[in-house]
Amino acid sequence: MSARDEILDRVRAALGAVSTSSTTFGHPAGSSPDDVVALFAERVADYQATVVRCPPDELEAALRDALPAGRIVVPDALSVSVPHAVTDDRLTPFELDACAAVVTDCAVGIAETGTIVLDHGPGQGRRAITLVPDVHICIVRADQVVADVPDAMPRLAPAVRQGRPLTWISGPSATSDIELSRVEGVHGPRTLVVLLVG
Amino acid sequence: MTSTFVGMPKFPVAAREALANTQLRSNLAHATATIRDKRARVVAEVDNWEELRLSGAAIKDAALASLDQHLVRLEARLTAAGAEVRWARDADEACTIVAEVAQRHGIDEVVKVKSMVTQEIGLNEALQEQGISAWETDLAELIVQLGDDLPSHILVPAIHRNRAEILEIFQRRMQGLASPEELTDDPAVLAGAAREHLRQKFLTARMAVSGANFAVAETGTLVVVESEGNGRMCLTLPEVLVSVVGIEKVVPTWEDLDVFLRLLPRSSTGERMNPYTSTWTGVTPGDGPQEVVVVLLDNGRTRALADQVGRQALRCIRCSACLNSCPVYERVGGHAYGSVYPGPIGAILNPLLKGVGVDEQVDSLPYASSLCGACFEVCPVRIDIPSVLVDLRAQVVDAHRAKRWGGVPSMQTVAMKGAAATFRSGRRLRLAERFARLGTGIAARVGARAWTGSRDLPRAPRESFRAWWRRTDGGTR
Repeated sequence: MSARDEILDRVRAALGAVSTSSTTFGHPAGSSPDDVVALFAERVADYQATVVRCPPDELEAALRDALPAGRIVVPDALSVSVPHAVTDDRLTPFELDACAAVVTDCAVGIAETGTIVLDHGPGQGRRAITLVPDVHICIVRADQVVADVPDAMPRLAPAVRQGRPLTWISGPSATSDIELSRVEGVHGPRTLVVLLVG
Repeated sequence: MTSTFVGMPKFPVAAREALANTQLRSNLAHATATIRDKRARVVAEVDNWEELRLSGAAIKDAALASLDQHLVRLEARLTAAGAEVRWARDADEACTIVAEVAQRHGIDEVVKVKSMVTQEIGLNEALQEQGISAWETDLAELIVQLGDDLPSHILVPAIHRNRAEILEIFQRRMQGLASPEELTDDPAVLAGAAREHLRQKFLTARMAVSGANFAVAETGTLVVVESEGNGRMCLTLPEVLVSVVGIEKVVPTWEDLDVFLRLLPRSSTGERMNPYTSTWTGVTPGDGPQEVVVVLLDNGRTRALADQVGRQALRCIRCSACLNSCPVYERVGGHAYGSVYPGPIGAILNPLLKGVGVDEQVDSLPYASSLCGACFEVCPVRIDIPSVLVDLRAQVVDAHRAKRWGGVPSMQTVAMKGAAATFRSGRRLRLAERFARLGTGIAARVGARAWTGSRDLPRAPRESFRAWWRRTDGGTR
């Protein structure tokens, strides 16, 4: 008997008379803050990320201020133009490692948890480009920000059902592995800048 | 090379040794107090935390109640998304599959995302036997691996080490640092050293091995929750990705994940959200590993599922809140439990996965608790650990009664048999009563030392109830 069939048989035998009738359970509501966008800015900043809030017509200036010196990589179809940036064209990990920063859009922002979610659609690029460069500058538009995790799930569902990966980012890379105190800056980008537009 | 837990002594023996280690006790007291406070703060922010716990428990129960259907669905979705799905009955089968994948690509080095299940199956040691090196990339796992040590916590395997000890291990064993003499015990500096040490490995790795925190049956999506970005490195940069997933990790739908992404980070690291969560569905063309293998592992999970009281342990999402809140764990640490799963959850999970009456070390674990219930109170999926512990204690006694270790019945069995014979006959009970005062005096000195060492044996009364009844004719004289 194959391992597959044996394991499935064992599962069925173990369950025996367990009723498979669906237990009803709701998903508890998430938080509902008064000012979702302000809470998002506050919670992202709590993780030692830099948050810059600006009106749409000042985005390019805010971006220029945030860019470090060195090579900048951007994904295809980024919503703003970044002067002198290299558009990702299957750069190798070493080429990405030589980039000072990456600029991307995002799919969703979550206020309660201070989280940015990338669904790696247009303007966000493949996963490696937001991982290897040491600075990630992420553009979040006010209408992309939702209150809590349960509000984000349906917005992300279409991308997941299309088979696209997701990356949830809450602050710069960090660890709590030494005496359980959080310190920022391990393998992922050590600097996260969020440009919050609108 | 990490050591293994094979041949560990029974819990009371290991615990006594750990209790004598004052450095260990001070490290653990500091770390568990820190994380308990952080958890309490962020849990208090959520108004409907109890509702979330109930929902998390209900979703997992529903998933387990039709686990066979969800597994078949998960397999179909993964296959449709370009992944290769393999099934493993036990640790050996799972390790063999991972080694085969490496060998068919001529790969002799893999990078690893921190994963409980690959520790459970002893994957690193099995790969080493095949000439394949496994590099742990999580900071705490790295500390354990470089220190030839054993993990002692689910979330932070090096929780028993303080910053000074970590500095010493890094200076002695860490390769590839430009200036090791500049290392200090500042956690930020130590984290920076880990980044430098592993950078080259990440950029050149051809194969990664991961576990998964959740597997969504409806979409074929795997989820890894992490902090440092080492997980993202492993899941994104190599050509080949093998994920070993316990069959209990299944959640039915994408929407179900919502509840667990709210419960896990607050319970685990005491954060509103962990820095990075990655989800992926088979192969994504042009992005990440183009060969994705998923190993669905039993290794005792169906045995646990068959235990009607104990099956709730399969709801566990490995947050380790029960360890951090346990007064026993806080004092003895993780090594005394002799397993990669220590603490309250380990005290039930190990006997459930391995069965009782087989190994004395495993059988000692259900007793490694005062049944205070703190673990149940903090568990995000409401596993009633104290009730499972009590049930397992009964199972251990039953197994020993049936078996008689090495032909010699245990002291407890002899005592219980003697009591049963005495209470069965009025004459024998009368005799026993007459000698009870003498008997308890002797017992306190010799036979029952193990019991009386930490408890008082009550003095038998001068006159037994039955003797009093006879003398006074039921209290009328």
